[in-house]
Amino acid sequence: MTAASLTEVPLKRRLRRAERTRQVKALALVLPLLVFLLFTFAGPIAGMLWRAVDDREVRQVLPQTIAALANWDGKDLPDEKAYAALAGDIQAARAAGTIALAAKRLNYALNGFRTILTSTARNLKAVPEAGTAKETLIKINSAWRERTTWTTIKDAGGPITGFYLLAALDLTRNADGAIVAAPPDQAIYRDIFARTFLISLGVTALCLILGFPVAYLLATLPPGRSNLLMIFVLLPFWTSLLVRTCAWIVLLQSKGVVNDSLLWLGIIDEPLRLIYNRFGVCVAMTHVLLPFMILPLYSSMKAISPAYMRAAASLGAPPLTAFLRIYLPQTLPGIGAGSLLVFILALGYYITPALVGGAADQMISYFIALYTTETANWGLASALGAVLLLATLLLAIVYGKLVQGQPVTGGMKN
Amino acid sequence: MEAGMVTAAPALVRFSSIQKTYDGEHLVVKNLDLDIRKGEFVTLLGPSGSGKTTTLMMLAGFEVPTHGEIYLADRPIKNVPPHRRDIGMVFQNYALFPHLTIAENIAFPLSVRKTNKADVQERVSAALRMIKMETLAHRRPGQLSGGQQQRVALARALVFNPQLVLMDEPLGALDKRLREQMQLEIKQLHQTMGITIVYVTHDQSEALTMSDRIAVFNDGIVQQIDRPDALYEHPVNSFVAHFIGENNVLAGTVETVEREYCRVALAGGGTVTARAVNVSGAGASTSLSVRPERVAIVPDGTVSEGPNRLPARVQNTIYLGDHALAVLDVAGNGEFMVKLQPGAHHSLGHGESVHITFRPEDCLALDPV
Repeated sequence: MTAASLTEVPLKRRLRRAERTRQVKALALVLPLLVFLLFTFAGPIAGMLWRAVDDREVRQVLPQTIAALANWDGKDLPDEKAYAALAGDIQAARAAGTIALAAKRLNYALNGFRTILTSTARNLKAVPEAGTAKETLIKINSAWRERTTWTTIKDAGGPITGFYLLAALDLTRNADGAIVAAPPDQAIYRDIFARTFLISLGVTALCLILGFPVAYLLATLPPGRSNLLMIFVLLPFWTSLLVRTCAWIVLLQSKGVVNDSLLWLGIIDEPLRLIYNRFGVCVAMTHVLLPFMILPLYSSMKAISPAYMRAAASLGAPPLTAFLRIYLPQTLPGIGAGSLLVFILALGYYITPALVGGAADQMISYFIALYTTETANWGLASALGAVLLLATLLLAIVYGKLVQGQPVTGGMKN
Repeated sequence: MEAGMVTAAPALVRFSSIQKTYDGEHLVVKNLDLDIRKGEFVTLLGPSGSGKTTTLMMLAGFEVPTHGEIYLADRPIKNVPPHRRDIGMVFQNYALFPHLTIAENIAFPLSVRKTNKADVQERVSAALRMIKMETLAHRRPGQLSGGQQQRVALARALVFNPQLVLMDEPLGALDKRLREQMQLEIKQLHQTMGITIVYVTHDQSEALTMSDRIAVFNDGIVQQIDRPDALYEHPVNSFVAHFIGENNVLAGTVETVEREYCRVALAGGGTVTARAVNVSGAGASTSLSVRPERVAIVPDGTVSEGPNRLPARVQNTIYLGDHALAVLDVAGNGEFMVKLQPGAHHSLGHGESVHITFRPEDCLALDPV
């Protein structure tokens, strides 16, 4: 007993020490990449998720107003104190030049708020005397008599808001704080999400239909010829995405190669509209994403011994039966991996739809880019990004569950 | 061969002038004529590249003969696709479907034949009983040992009662002990079920253990087809003598031929009498074949009867448990093996001069190697 415990302790410690050196070494090897990913990937994503709920602009510009509205029940107009606080805040903000910041944020929530705020700031010559703030403000702009004006300010008080996330899902809060559908002119994102998913799904299906036979050929051809074919498959990877997309424009435009050929052959009388519409987007995206489908399919097919098909045939299965019951089920992991890869990549596509799509073919990433670069509405851009990220994660999890549930079974029961 | 055709029981399989080439330049199978009778266990034996596997694949329908016709139950099958040949096949690496359970694997040939469900169930459980694996029915192939996978592959090839079962080196991946056990099991299955089996292997002991008849392939040609004992005792040429069992080779020249026997002057000195099996006549060079167990070692100075007595020098002795081997230098062959009783090797000293004797009928004069 004592002997055992005497030797046990140093042994354990020795083991730990030995393991520790190994672990430190392993960590040192991955550290550069880890740090890189942390700064370029994890950090920005966390920042994006935070911006989707971050709401401190109004609080910074109108701090007293927000404080005064803290206890306001929102049923009637706020009391004189709130009006006085607002007047004070506006004066201070005008002096600091920060009025536009709050005006921009409030305008997202209520169209026209910018005008209300800037006109009030312009016309408010001095801090109103005690007890006359409400009267003064309403005189300057009758909007201060509206309850929604005040609920908008209270809602935008932050520091955390669901406003952008709700907006990304075409929802909003009404004056009573209940979540309701956004007005039709603002309710565009569900359609855009649906369009994004639809295009991605279509591109995935096209990639699968076109990629499956190619992958099969790659996996079954003798090495020499399959290497050559593989180079053709990988060729797009060695060409810039922009170049490939522009090549499609050259091919598909109304005076492009395809239309000219069809006209010359007499198949059509006037040029078909092949680009700047959904068709062009799907064609170009399928072309760009095809290798991502072919490669996982190829690797899963390469692992399937030709002996299986021979065995199936010797056991009496006609070629189609053997394919459906023996070959196809074994390629399911490849189909799953390829489809997931293509689908997720397609969800985030930006350049290709932007170049070869029409206005009705822009995907969610276009709008994210629009809000970040054009209108600087970081909150909404982040919220759209967060929703996209969440949907993608959900899909990946569902796929993981499906794959885990049935390792390589195709669900074919005898 | 011709006599065989006349007296044979009806042939289930008949290869008729089969030729096969892959590249259009050289023949992998050169003019094969082979009959396999119903209920027979025939082994195609030969080194790799001898055409045995190609022959099996042509029978299974995975390769098409370049010339000739294959008949199965008197029906030409050259243009019948594999799935309509009704031939069960056991593959080298079993080829069990990894995504199906053991029971589903065995049920596969039945379900593709649209057998009704109750029947399938019954026959699958009978097959599982036969291979003693009822409890593993719902495992997947990856969870089984090599021997178990082998049994499943066997059950799957037999469950639909094919008229012919082909086996392509099915025991190649198993260890020696398991391989020997499976050889006996397959042989027993063959006897109890009365099925016709065509078996391909490069392992001559496997072929000897299991087969009714063995076709020895070399260079795309069937060198000899016969019962195992006949192949061992009466090989028609040096290749067969060398490929089946252990064999000592002595090179020499034929001096005289007298009916069945001939006198051969050995290249390394000395003259022996041998059975003239495959020699063209006096003056021809020949290879003598002597089995290690047909040779006796006599101490120097002893007088012994018989025409075949050669001086030898002991190179080495090898103890092998159930027997021992003496490696001798005889007439220029430094690896002449003689089988000894275990224990007898103690009396032979390294470098000792001895004499060997063997009967003329145990020494075959064959074509030169």
